[in-house]
Amino acid sequence: MSVAPLRVLIVDDEAPARSRLKNLLADINADLANVVVAEAADGVEALECIHRLEGGVDVALVDIRMPRLDGIGLAQHLAAMPGAAAVIFTTAYDQYAVRAFELSAIDYLLKPVRAQRLLAALGKLPQGVADAALLQRLAPEGRKHLHSTERGRVLLIPMAEILFLRAELKYVTVHTLVREYLVEESLTHLEQEFAELFIRIHRSCMVARSAIAGCERESDSDGEAHWALLLHGVAEKLPVSRRQWPLIKALLKEE
Amino acid sequence: MTSIRHEAYRLPNFCNFGVWLRILLGANGLAVMAVVAGNHSFSELTSELAALAAYFEWPLIASLSLLCLLSKHIERLSYAYGVTVVVISAVATTAGVYVLLLPFDRLSATPYRLMPTLFWAVACAAVLLFYFNARARLQSPALAEARLMALTSRIRPHFLFNALNAVLGVIRSDPRRAEAALEELADLFRVLMRENRELVPLSDEIALARQYLNLERLRLGERLQVKWDIESCPPDALVPPLMLQPLLENAVYHGIEPGEQAGEISIHFARRGDQLLIELANPYVVGASSHVGSHMALANLGERLMLFYDLEARLETEANDGRFVVRIVTPYRHGVGQ
Repeated sequence: MSVAPLRVLIVDDEAPARSRLKNLLADINADLANVVVAEAADGVEALECIHRLEGGVDVALVDIRMPRLDGIGLAQHLAAMPGAAAVIFTTAYDQYAVRAFELSAIDYLLKPVRAQRLLAALGKLPQGVADAALLQRLAPEGRKHLHSTERGRVLLIPMAEILFLRAELKYVTVHTLVREYLVEESLTHLEQEFAELFIRIHRSCMVARSAIAGCERESDSDGEAHWALLLHGVAEKLPVSRRQWPLIKALLKEE
Repeated sequence: MTSIRHEAYRLPNFCNFGVWLRILLGANGLAVMAVVAGNHSFSELTSELAALAAYFEWPLIASLSLLCLLSKHIERLSYAYGVTVVVISAVATTAGVYVLLLPFDRLSATPYRLMPTLFWAVACAAVLLFYFNARARLQSPALAEARLMALTSRIRPHFLFNALNAVLGVIRSDPRRAEAALEELADLFRVLMRENRELVPLSDEIALARQYLNLERLRLGERLQVKWDIESCPPDALVPPLMLQPLLENAVYHGIEPGEQAGEISIHFARRGDQLLIELANPYVVGASSHVGSHMALANLGERLMLFYDLEARLETEANDGRFVVRIVTPYRHGVGQ
């Protein structure tokens, strides 16, 4: 009667801190079967591991302060990925984050971590990903990037660079001045999460409020006229649906 | 004058720039008040102020220069004798300048007479001496030391716990490295916990900084690059204790840790005449965590420089070309012979 071992991902930018956690996980293996499936040095590498690993990751031990994408950013990305790993934060000293954990009744590990403490935390794993209330406390301004996977590499797309997003069959395409990316998220979720930054202009299209330059009357091939939106830096004219037009008109008037 | 203790209940150091500034401002303030109070008509005010400048600035500067020249001798006198020397120098220079200037005097509408002028010189000296005495009492050595102690004992807990965690991380794979790291940590904390109120040789500060950087390299590895440029600086220069380490800690926290690639901290010392120049630069990571902590560490160091050097030291920061630079200028003091 063997239970499948817990699949653990270690995320920390400091090599000795990672090896310390690996030692401890080996020490408690008799009490709680576990396997370290990967180690990552920052949030982006962690996302790459999670996308790459066939068997998935049960729990990620995540340091808070890291380059590129920090622990809180990583948790935000995981929260937007259904079925992704549970997160246990580790920190050496971060009063601000610790207060947020206490307020949200979230378990966390203080470095240096003790074996017994690690065992207890893994024993009562949080269900699913870090909860929304905690992320709201830790980073009230929300996610700073979306991420896109290309040939095993994870690319971060800063929210501020996004001009518009369009729903395709299974993906959302994200358009910036330079290029476009594929993102595995639903437009509806993104609309809810970033209502302050973007506005829906069509069932399948959402534009950055700051990018709107103006509008134009256009006529379809069948002779029916509709409005189209012009964005700064975008040659394409984006059609506005009849349903969304009153909203867009009001927004244009405000400016 | 390597200790705060020596500064209280004594005459001010007449060679100190800050002291000069205070005396010049204070004396001029008193003189202008006297002129305005004794002024009969508004139209004469300008010429009276001009005449005052001639009769006032020269004796004042002459007297200060004389006191600066004599400062080594004055330091050995008791406070009462010191005050006597100051008053005599004020009277002597005022009388001297009065006699020299009298033949050329065409400015003042009502020519100054010698006795009232001397009276003003003595009164002015008395008021300023009273001010410096009161100031010394206010900043009593106990208070200044308490402030210094409070200011120096702040090390980031972030560093301590991360360092301990790093030692635990290598203790099984590389016990010798772990031993060395614990020894370095012990040395570092010994310095952090002693009473840091005397200036220390720069070489000690550099040795301490290297130990600190070794500890950080244990956890950051190749990401932490350091360039020292200290050839042109005399190693016997004296600096405030724990000046470098907090700056380096700042540089690591804000410049190296948030950076994805390896980053370089550069440290540059130079002596420029009677000044010591210290420059520390680190990569400036845009969008990294807030700089509140950094401001606190810098404000803290600024206050300590003020306690050690008064207005003679400067601390400036600037961020450009992706580098954050801290520049400190202190008077050059050296160890031997003082």
